[in-house]
Amino acid sequence: MNKWLMIIDIEKCENCNNCFLACKDEHYQNDWKPYTLSQPLHGHRWMNILTREQGEFPYISVTYLPKPCFHCEDAACVRNTSKKEIYQRSDGIVVVDPEKARGKRNLVKACPQGAIWWNEENQTPQKCTLCAHLLDDGWKAPRCVQACPTGALTFKSLPEEELFSFIKANDLESFHKVMRGRSIVMYKNLSLYRKCFIAGSVATRKNGVEECVEGVTVELFKNGSLVDQKITDSFGEYRFSGLPEKRGKYQIRVIYQHKVTDEFDIELVESCFAKVSWI
Amino acid sequence: MPVLKIIIHRLLKITGKPLLSFMLFALGYLFRIRAIFDKEFKKRLNEKNFTAQIIALKEKKGRIFEFKSGSIVARSTDLNCGSNNEHHDVANFQADVTVSFTDAASAVWLMLNSGNYHEQIHAMKNFVVNVEGPDDLAIWFMQSLKWLKGLSTPGAYGIPLKDGVKKYTNNTNGGPVFVYVKEGRIIRITPIEFDDNDAPPWQINARGKTFTPPRRGTVNPYVLALKSLIYSPDRLLYPMKRIDFDPDGERNCQNRGISGYERISWDEALDIVSKEIQRMKRDYGPGSIMNGSGSHHTWGNLGYWLSTRNRFMNSIGYCPVVHNPDSWEGWYWGAMHHWGNSMRNGASDTYGTVEDCLKECEMIVFWSSDPESTSGVYGAFEGTVRRQWAKELGIEMVHIDPYYNHTAALLGGKWIAPRPDTGNAMSLAIAYVWITEDLYDKEYVALRTTGFEKWRDYILGLEDGIEKTPEWQEKETEVPAREIRALARKWGTRKTYLSPGGLAGFGGACRSATGIEWARSMVCLMAMQGLGKPGINMGGLQQGTPVDTHFFFPGYAEGGLSGDLDGTSLRVNLYQRMPQLPSMNTVAQMIPRLRIPEVFLNGSCEGYPTDPKTIEGQFKKFKYPAPGYSPVKMYYKYGGSHFGTMPESNRYVKAYQSDNLEFVVNQSIWFEGESKFADVILPACTNFERWDIGETANSGGYSHHQFTQWNHRIITMQHKCIEPLGESKSDYQIFLEIAKRLDLGAPFSEGSSELEWCRRLFNASDLPKVISWQQFMKKGYYVVPAPDESLRAPVSYRWFAEGRKKDLPELSPLPSDYTEKWKSGLQTQSGKLEFESSSLKRFAPDDPERPTISKYIPSWEGHGCKDLVEKYPLQMISPHPRYSFHTMFDAKDGFMNDVKDHRILKKGHYYWIVRINPLDAAARNIRQHDLVEIFNDRGSVICAAQLTHRLPPGVVHSCEGSARYEPVGEPGNSADKGGCINLLTPGKSIIKRSHSSAPNSCLVQIRLWKNEMSEGKSGAIQIERKSGAVQIEGKSVTVQIEGKREAIK
Repeated sequence: MNKWLMIIDIEKCENCNNCFLACKDEHYQNDWKPYTLSQPLHGHRWMNILTREQGEFPYISVTYLPKPCFHCEDAACVRNTSKKEIYQRSDGIVVVDPEKARGKRNLVKACPQGAIWWNEENQTPQKCTLCAHLLDDGWKAPRCVQACPTGALTFKSLPEEELFSFIKANDLESFHKVMRGRSIVMYKNLSLYRKCFIAGSVATRKNGVEECVEGVTVELFKNGSLVDQKITDSFGEYRFSGLPEKRGKYQIRVIYQHKVTDEFDIELVESCFAKVSWI
Repeated sequence: MPVLKIIIHRLLKITGKPLLSFMLFALGYLFRIRAIFDKEFKKRLNEKNFTAQIIALKEKKGRIFEFKSGSIVARSTDLNCGSNNEHHDVANFQADVTVSFTDAASAVWLMLNSGNYHEQIHAMKNFVVNVEGPDDLAIWFMQSLKWLKGLSTPGAYGIPLKDGVKKYTNNTNGGPVFVYVKEGRIIRITPIEFDDNDAPPWQINARGKTFTPPRRGTVNPYVLALKSLIYSPDRLLYPMKRIDFDPDGERNCQNRGISGYERISWDEALDIVSKEIQRMKRDYGPGSIMNGSGSHHTWGNLGYWLSTRNRFMNSIGYCPVVHNPDSWEGWYWGAMHHWGNSMRNGASDTYGTVEDCLKECEMIVFWSSDPESTSGVYGAFEGTVRRQWAKELGIEMVHIDPYYNHTAALLGGKWIAPRPDTGNAMSLAIAYVWITEDLYDKEYVALRTTGFEKWRDYILGLEDGIEKTPEWQEKETEVPAREIRALARKWGTRKTYLSPGGLAGFGGACRSATGIEWARSMVCLMAMQGLGKPGINMGGLQQGTPVDTHFFFPGYAEGGLSGDLDGTSLRVNLYQRMPQLPSMNTVAQMIPRLRIPEVFLNGSCEGYPTDPKTIEGQFKKFKYPAPGYSPVKMYYKYGGSHFGTMPESNRYVKAYQSDNLEFVVNQSIWFEGESKFADVILPACTNFERWDIGETANSGGYSHHQFTQWNHRIITMQHKCIEPLGESKSDYQIFLEIAKRLDLGAPFSEGSSELEWCRRLFNASDLPKVISWQQFMKKGYYVVPAPDESLRAPVSYRWFAEGRKKDLPELSPLPSDYTEKWKSGLQTQSGKLEFESSSLKRFAPDDPERPTISKYIPSWEGHGCKDLVEKYPLQMISPHPRYSFHTMFDAKDGFMNDVKDHRILKKGHYYWIVRINPLDAAARNIRQHDLVEIFNDRGSVICAAQLTHRLPPGVVHSCEGSARYEPVGEPGNSADKGGCINLLTPGKSIIKRSHSSAPNSCLVQIRLWKNEMSEGKSGAIQIERKSGAVQIEGKSVTVQIEGKREAIK
């Protein structure tokens, strides 16, 4: 039995919103029974794009996280509903049955990730169906994937036995720790969204003229042990990224021509620009 | 076969009379037989009761057809009987409609060649054939004859799918689409994915890797919102009249924008408009009717603004609104004087640059360039994959933009954020480093350029005593000198592509007070680095794909059915390929678009032309009113709202309320901001409700070969997917209905329906060589195969760098614009790239606003304007919107309202967004998504604040292009909660000797919006300035942070 896999690559998402809008185009004023009734014109975000801006001008990073229903394996929403209002198909797609779920506003809370939306008009909870009606019809991907112009969203159908090795080989992660560790929607480069950075730069003054210093070694320590090492670029800049998003005390050591020219402590609260080290 | 032709015509002379009799006899039966198996035709025959005759004047023979309640009675006529009148009169009195041929031989020849428009048009122009009678009936009769030939009916089209769904194709400013229709309603609009029969794409081998684009077309986000816009509650579905407008009595011009509308019938609306046209010409004379369009329109060779509109307006005679080169500005008024390229409004050609860049280039400098947001123009996301390849190849990228734009965010690389409107200081400092550190191509400068010494001396300070050092620029741009020094060294030692603007020759920086000087420097910098050498060129992989440039399909600026040889580029290709009656405007009076308000408020204005023929085209000043013409009294507004797109647009609001403007008709699809200022509204339909034909991103004309932004050339039949909503009609039908009321229907339409025009365009292109009309109608699109590698266009400027003749597939410059020999050298007087411009030396050598070399001239509305900065300390940039195309896709209660980065929902209203640095926001007690008022002396706009470090302190960012104009009080004098940022931007031209706009030179202040009704002008809040801190309403907020830029209070 093949399973669907949607891969969302954070590095390639630029917030164009094509996925979000294609979803609206597919579902606004169209009933796709038995999977869902139509989506209202405004308000629902079956594909919800989150933005994370980190750092301060001019040392920042901006990343986006398109967040649909993950179609978790052993999904909480399925477990939490006794009367099969929400069920999982054999290909992994999780469906809110529009008939059985009608009038049951509480089901919106069945998803801890907030992927279920309440439709006031037709009194049903709704969410991403992975365009099951189209996949049933022979489409190779849901609308959001088809509309993605950057390759951030891709879609695959894999035999169950190959799935695990594929996920491992491609370094995919699920957004949250689900039971048995996976969902149909998996992320690539999730750390770009989740993790922090410390940036800084190295400069010098020669005869009253300021210069960026390229090729300086900058070391990052935590609790005395080396975490990472960077070489400054032609603008004298370095950036330690992928740091865990927790409070932490770091030490930075700037080494130029085998001499430590600057050394300082920095407490990471959120992504930041440390300083210009004048050497 | 000239002999054969003579024989045929001699034979016709002998046999013409009996042949004509036979053909006309048969025609009656053709009508009847068609009606038997074609239900639509049968229905059509029921539409009219009248008589039509076809006659040969020489032989005085013909046949009359009487249409009555769906039946046809035919009888022969003999003009010899019963009358001694002159033959023309005879022809008139026997039937309602008369098609007369000079003689039977010509009649037979033309009827046999009814699909040969060259013959038909020629016969019309020489009065070999003539049609007389009421327009309505004459056109009906002509179109019925064409129906018999199958020219007026589509036949089978689209792809049937299961459950009664049909898949059609259409096209948009943001890419081609499939349209799924069920029971007459659009259910889905998707990008086009190719099938196995479509041509394979090109491949590029670069640095050991092979790149080939995906077999599909991409679309802009707003394209996916089209369904919600087509069915938007803001659609104009019926003709309307302002309730207090009476064409025969009180007009109440002062109430435009205030009073409401009532629904009227089409007949009433068309009668008012056509009678007003006649009244204008009768009472005031030529020049009293003004018409202009937005910069864009709905896609297609019939529907875009240079086709149907021109033909109609030329037919009635009008005072045209002349566009400023709004996307090019600095390139047109500045850069052109150094390298020519007048055909492209001073922008760069970019042939072959995708391949050259991927193979050779080491670094791309994106300068005021965000193709991921602006898509070049019409480029959707086609360039994205190419830039991702560049990233994969390790080509370094640098982004110079006050805003951390989406191209920078996606691709990474150094971000350099100059203070807006100061970029040319940075350019000069880069040149300074190159000169002083010997980092430029001296051989190229010596061989291929002139005037370098003069520019060099200016940069070194020999002219004005100021060395244009990186430290000097830091005071202007706030970018650390060391970073500019590092950038210049990198650039001077690597093969570098410069991408100025989303397209090479656009960019927000060119639309500012310093935009002309900036664009000039962009060209000069590349001249110093050897423009055209391998890996050294203009562009950011947005243009220059190796698609087939030899395959001809017309772009919209080639004029479509306009017949307009002066106002479009029709004469280059299309006029020969698609013979049509020429149309010509007889009114020489023109209005510069940016001065429309002054026409009514001041009664006079002046401007300079946008004329891409030659460099000198821009020098000829024109004035309104023109000698001997009437002042403008009527405005025929067509297309999108100017309030959101033209600078200082409260002027436009006020102009509408002037009594000098007696009549306003607005022909629009949606009830946008400006529609609400008309006396009569004519509802047009979208391109999904009418026939058209068009190629993606092919604009032709001033943007020649623009389709090289696309990875594939995709030519589409733009199917009529659904019937027009409500009572809306296509622009063509609306114009035709008015034309008929002026007896202009025949010259306007040539008796062709829109579908027939599409077929004429199809036949004019190279498509018939590769696909039949029937196949094209069914499938809906054709992908032009990529050419053999040997036939790819050469790289732009390579010929120039190597001192060869120009070898690019473009006709520009015109032969007379070469100085030495045809195709040798550039369009400039010297034929070289001129650091010191010879055209400016000839025109105005002492103009302090535009010297003969590029200089740093501080902005007239920038950080140096001390008095103004006291009141309005923030610099606002207003780039093109990412989630709309000007006003076209914004608001209208569509999906785009829900895009978080486009509008923000607050208290039931979707507000436009202003982006502001958190330090500036904190200084004003502004939190995320608070409603704020942006204001200056020109106006006030209410937006939702988005706090972001993507901007330096002191700079705010809010896009142009709001479709809504919602004044909270008196229109023109109160705050707008619709989001028309252009209420705030300056209306003056960049320099006096131009017709240009500088929306990115705009000083404003921002404060929390207290939600009160604001009346009259807003005043600035008083802020006490202290070092490192500001006082606002008694609260002290420390904003200075060590080592970083200070918040602007």
